[in-house]
Amino acid sequence: MTSSDVTDSQQYALRLVGVTKIFGGVRALNNVDFEVRRGEVHCLAGENGSGKSTLIKIVTGVHRPEAAERMELFGETLDTLTPVIARARGVSVIWQDLALFPNMSVAENIAFDDMVGLAPRGVDYADMRKRAKAVLSKLNVSLDLSASLESLPIAQRQIVAIARALMNDSQLIFMDEPTASLTQSETDALLDIVRTLSSEGVAVVFVSHRLAEVLDIAERVTVLRDGCLVDVFPTAGMTQSRLGELMTGHVLDEKVVACDKQDAPCVFKAENLARRGEFNGIDLSIHAGEVVGLIGLIGAGRTELAHAMTGMTRLDEGTMHLNGQPFAPSSLRHAIAQGVAYVSEDRLQLGLLQKQSIADNTVISVLDRILNAVGLISGRQKNALVCDWVQQLGVKIGEPDDAISTLSGGNQQKVVLAKWLATEPKLLILDCPTVGVDVGARAGIFRIVRDLAEQGLAILLITDEVTEALFNSDRVIHMHHGRIVDTHDPRKISVNELETAIYV
Amino acid sequence: MKGVERIRRLLGKETVDLLLLMVLLVLIFSFLSPRFLTAANFASMGYQAPLLGLLTIAMLAPMISGGLNLAIVYTANISGLTMASIVLAFGGPEAGTSAILLGAAAAILAGAIAGAVMGLIIAYVGAHPILVSLAMMIFLRGLGEFLTRGGDVSGFPAEFALLGHGSLLGLPAPLWLFAVVALAWQILLRKSRHGFSVYMVGSNIRAADYSGLPTRRTLVLIYTLSGVVCAIAGILMLARFNSVRVGHGEALLLVTVLAIFLGGIDPFGGHGKVLPVILAILILQMLSSGLNLIGANPHLSTAVWGLFLILVMVLRSEQFTLFKKRKGIKT
Repeated sequence: MTSSDVTDSQQYALRLVGVTKIFGGVRALNNVDFEVRRGEVHCLAGENGSGKSTLIKIVTGVHRPEAAERMELFGETLDTLTPVIARARGVSVIWQDLALFPNMSVAENIAFDDMVGLAPRGVDYADMRKRAKAVLSKLNVSLDLSASLESLPIAQRQIVAIARALMNDSQLIFMDEPTASLTQSETDALLDIVRTLSSEGVAVVFVSHRLAEVLDIAERVTVLRDGCLVDVFPTAGMTQSRLGELMTGHVLDEKVVACDKQDAPCVFKAENLARRGEFNGIDLSIHAGEVVGLIGLIGAGRTELAHAMTGMTRLDEGTMHLNGQPFAPSSLRHAIAQGVAYVSEDRLQLGLLQKQSIADNTVISVLDRILNAVGLISGRQKNALVCDWVQQLGVKIGEPDDAISTLSGGNQQKVVLAKWLATEPKLLILDCPTVGVDVGARAGIFRIVRDLAEQGLAILLITDEVTEALFNSDRVIHMHHGRIVDTHDPRKISVNELETAIYV
Repeated sequence: MKGVERIRRLLGKETVDLLLLMVLLVLIFSFLSPRFLTAANFASMGYQAPLLGLLTIAMLAPMISGGLNLAIVYTANISGLTMASIVLAFGGPEAGTSAILLGAAAAILAGAIAGAVMGLIIAYVGAHPILVSLAMMIFLRGLGEFLTRGGDVSGFPAEFALLGHGSLLGLPAPLWLFAVVALAWQILLRKSRHGFSVYMVGSNIRAADYSGLPTRRTLVLIYTLSGVVCAIAGILMLARFNSVRVGHGEALLLVTVLAIFLGGIDPFGGHGKVLPVILAILILQMLSSGLNLIGANPHLSTAVWGLFLILVMVLRSEQFTLFKKRKGIKT
């Protein structure tokens, strides 16, 4: 080995050469190379099922590859990688599902790894809180340290997970969709931290569906598709659409499709809606065939508005009309019966019953439509309904009786759509419908949304992503601190202008 | 083994495994005791198993919904007591059929009320089913002991023996009663809207809420119906023992939980079928009858039930499946 070889391998935090991993005959990874330089911010891009998670699990020693020509961590060649070895070498992962303890406090969650150990000793809570606070202030956020984790909204739990990983002085941190549920300002704060870490020599591997963010933060991007390495690209000069094409293997067309639907009959009309502490003075109308984008920061009151519109919470003030009739839902069931459907932002916990089958998840809201003559559930009608929707929405499934958790995020979201479309709604409220859904599948979901609008459905699209609202809505409404502050015409505003309007 | 594989897919793994286990038990006990494989033994099992069976069914839906009903035995006792007092008020041994029917209706009403109260508290107060049903169990026990002063209530008409000891078409009457209730529950759980909701509530009640299912109404109905089945068990107990005593059948409470786990119900709720649970009840009955026949101490059969459950859990565990794969053992 020459001296240049030594420096060469010293400059890498991680080098994997020719890694193959097979699951039940399927090559999850096929002869993949992956390199991360020390102190680099690297992005790992690819659709669901492209092998990103498998790759991370190999680096962290969870999976053992069937074949690997070479595995190096910080210049040290390793024959095998186990979780213990990976951890000791300074590799850590923040998984998307966070892996936190819901009923422990924020401080306990952040300092958790300091508290575990074999030696019997007391826990210094004061010190723990001090350290937790220090990490959080690095993240530029303040949380109630003694609040139990489960009392926090998803966005703040994510922050706790990140803080926890930052507590351990890792040299190579993988972040799996870390910003999926953060607002722009939280995301910016996180990206700043990532830059700080990078300047201190810590390598960060970013896995994110948000391509804008990927291009913003990373120096290089490794693209995987179907378990194979597409290539490694510098992010300089790379565009979002080009990256999307590399990941999916086909061209994605993103353009403004808005048109004026004000002449169509008004499906939903709200006047002066208010709910104390959440929103007030909301006037909103949605016409048949219209997609209204609702954007704003987390905490702007968008989800709260949706909950009130669907009868899950009571309005303090204001009136609503649905198809010209007064609409005052007393419960979600009531709202569903009147023709309103609500796709929750939290698909994993609220949108679907992960333990149950695809079929049961599809029919759950329309049981009264699949009854036989004596009022019992008809297996035949149930199957027919499920097959019909699976086909209409192009959901890729094995058997209708398979657990819903076997599907990818995009296909799960299609099942959620199917479940609500089966109720034959007049107004469909989509609350962040593409969280955890990859680029190709997002396009598929928005194609469905457009089709539905063309069939005359009124759609309220709540989203965190400016581009999503701009390219898929006929009108974009901007909500801030519980009020509607502006309405934009996607044909007359650019992405940058809209982003500035919302985030600055 | 291809045939076994096919049946297994049709009936479900749990059911087939339990059936095989049952055959194994029959073989072992008939080898150990010549009296096991006789009509008399099976008839005696047919009179004994239904009580445990009914109580287990009362426990089933609460457990699938992710809860528990610890008050089943005392609900049965109080229901039996309700019936007994009506029958006694109408003349005791001389009471007519209409008095008996009235008593049965009152018993079922009492069971339903006890269940509905629990369901309402669980659904609308949000208290945990363990706490609510534990409180109900203690309340009912106290109430029953206060009313009976801890003693037996007896002196019933001869018709009661028909249900407790009679037979129909050659099968024990209690077995018929159990079969009817079990069939009704199979249909209720697997085919009705309520049953569908039970499974959904058990796997994620908030997601069920967000899907527009009437989750609170479902919870109330689950515990009300559980109370109704307890009442039927209470009536059967009354007929079998020709007396009512508060605390009768107390030991069966945890055995119902055992039967349900043996029947492959997900301890965290959301999954489980009726048929394997019925097989589990029969297996437990065979174990205790078989041990009794070979002259084992009756207390031993309780110990064997416990050991049996531990064994089944180990055999079913993921770790054991992995172990078999590593060793290349085929099933």
